[in-house]
Amino acid sequence: MFSIVRCLTLGLQFLTLTALFFTANGHAKGFQDTMAERTRACTACHGDQGRAGPDGYYPRLAGKPAGYLYNQLKNFAQGRRHYGLMTRLVDPLSDAYLREIATYFSELKLPYPAATQSAKRMPPAVLQRGQQLALHGDATRRVPACTQCHGDRLTGLQPHVPGLLGLPLDYLNAQLGAWQTHQRQALAPDCMAHVVERLNTSDLIAVATWLSTQSLPQDTSPASSLPARAAMALPDCGSAPELKAVP
Amino acid sequence: MKGQRIGLCFAGIGLLVCAALVADNFADGVDVSTPSPSHLTPPPSAETIDKGRYLIQAGNCIACHTARGGAAMSGGRAIETPFGTVYSSNLTPDPATGIGLWNAQHFWRAMHHGRSRDGRLLAPAFPYNHTTLITRDDTDAMFAWLITQAAVAKAPPAHTLQWPVGTQAALAVWRSLYFKPGTYTPHAGRDAEWNRGAYLVQGLGHCAACHSPRNALGASGAVNDLSGGLMPVVNWTAPSLLDNAQTGLAETPLTDIQTLLQTGKSGHHHTSGPMGEVVQYSTQYLQPADLQAMAVYLKSQARLAQDKPGPTTPAASRRLLPDVPTRGADLYDKHCAECHGEQGLGVAGAYSALAGHRAVLQTDTTNLVQTVLYGGYPPATAGNPRPFGMPPYILTLDDKDIAAVLTHLRTQWGNSAPEVTPLEVNRIRASQGK
Repeated sequence: MFSIVRCLTLGLQFLTLTALFFTANGHAKGFQDTMAERTRACTACHGDQGRAGPDGYYPRLAGKPAGYLYNQLKNFAQGRRHYGLMTRLVDPLSDAYLREIATYFSELKLPYPAATQSAKRMPPAVLQRGQQLALHGDATRRVPACTQCHGDRLTGLQPHVPGLLGLPLDYLNAQLGAWQTHQRQALAPDCMAHVVERLNTSDLIAVATWLSTQSLPQDTSPASSLPARAAMALPDCGSAPELKAVP
Repeated sequence: MKGQRIGLCFAGIGLLVCAALVADNFADGVDVSTPSPSHLTPPPSAETIDKGRYLIQAGNCIACHTARGGAAMSGGRAIETPFGTVYSSNLTPDPATGIGLWNAQHFWRAMHHGRSRDGRLLAPAFPYNHTTLITRDDTDAMFAWLITQAAVAKAPPAHTLQWPVGTQAALAVWRSLYFKPGTYTPHAGRDAEWNRGAYLVQGLGHCAACHSPRNALGASGAVNDLSGGLMPVVNWTAPSLLDNAQTGLAETPLTDIQTLLQTGKSGHHHTSGPMGEVVQYSTQYLQPADLQAMAVYLKSQARLAQDKPGPTTPAASRRLLPDVPTRGADLYDKHCAECHGEQGLGVAGAYSALAGHRAVLQTDTTNLVQTVLYGGYPPATAGNPRPFGMPPYILTLDDKDIAAVLTHLRTQWGNSAPEVTPLEVNRIRASQGK
């Protein structure tokens, strides 16, 4: 009787050890139930922690305003932006989960790399034109300065306006070009479309070039409010209602 | 003289065929002269409207009748077929572009006979071979819900079907060959639960629209044919629900089938691709009793099929190119092992085990290739609100890489399935990206 019990105990111990062995060797290593784990499908292209992909076409996600990131996910799901791989990823997900994913990336604080382009390699006339447009706009064509919505530091505005610095030139050119050809749209009224349609291609390249040569300021976080100042009347922004509050 | 007589003979036969086609397709005798507008007399109760909402969900009507970014049920979604593109119609009560001028008789005729308000024959992308089984009570409730929603003025684009496919004459011929209006007759030898399941699966659920093979003229199998099929254009395979090697329903506990339909996930199995969409928009909202009824019916069909001898699964071929095993193993270690584990055991609740997983061992590798090329998430549902996902590999791995890594996981850890060829990967890669 005693030996049967001992046999069973030994058997059980053996089974437990075997199970442990297989767990240690067979299961995925270091699995933790985190948002980082749940967003592997994102970071595979957008880089670890959403720091940006290596090739210039997968932009940084980390630290962008949550409302902006969420709007982009919805833009892909609802056909205002077009990239098949993104659309297939977001289609099965609920609004609540998309918002959680957006918030997760918005809260990741990573240092920014240096400016992606060296100003020395760019034609001075292009840089000058770009700087003029970015900081002062063009009143004759009713084009506001970038800073008027994207903040004095150009690091964006909470919760819906993205920062414009630290982005690759290829990405900036591709986005402005996509706005020009209506391949990229935002919630109506689409204020960015309103701005882009007043600029010609060389203006867009100039502003993208200048932006890509700028280093980030000390404080890289998006502004919480825009300073009140006399500025050009802005078109309404369906994607960023907070801009309405700017005088 | 003789030639004339033969000519007359043919003309006569032609006329007779035409008359038969007209009678077969247009003489359903539904009286639609009841006064439009649209409203039901007596006005539907709140319960009826709510029942209609539920039935519309059970039919997953919203998935096809909503365009990307468009208002729910306002139509205009492009449904790609091998014969061209069909655009779904606007089912909101807009008088000019939707069903605002319809009455309950029109709606019944559309669901039961596949004809529009003006009597036109509808394109069978609308699965009316299934909806014909829905009871009059149920179609009235569905109509009551539709007609009480907000109207959206939006005309769908015209179908772009190859001539003569979309013509009324071609549709008449097609319907005479493949469509017969019917009703669901309860099976006397089965209980109410089984019959409810059969009614939902064969009617509203229109499961066989994907889970049965389509012929060269685009006709799917019978409403109770669940033997699986390749979905044209989208290139996913709807597995056979009868074959134990493909879905194993005969041996799956009822609660697991129900859980999969309700949450999109059950154990190491989850839904993806078109079935993920079905769970997302339809089955996750169904009452547990209805899901259980469907599970009971599906399982009984799988059991019946199991008793019949089927084709045996081909043994794993051994004609691997010399570098495939090492290449596959290297790629697996680099791209897959972190989540799916060195021994293919996955992580419970997050990443599928690949050892012994049915989806890995299928003879038809379409869905496996889709999964590796495009990655993706299972649907976010109330029961699985924050799913784990898989990255796409279409940009990182070429056809040979994907073939090698799939061959690797089909031949490891006791798995024994035939190799995957680069050609199989290329077929899916090349067919997408439109």
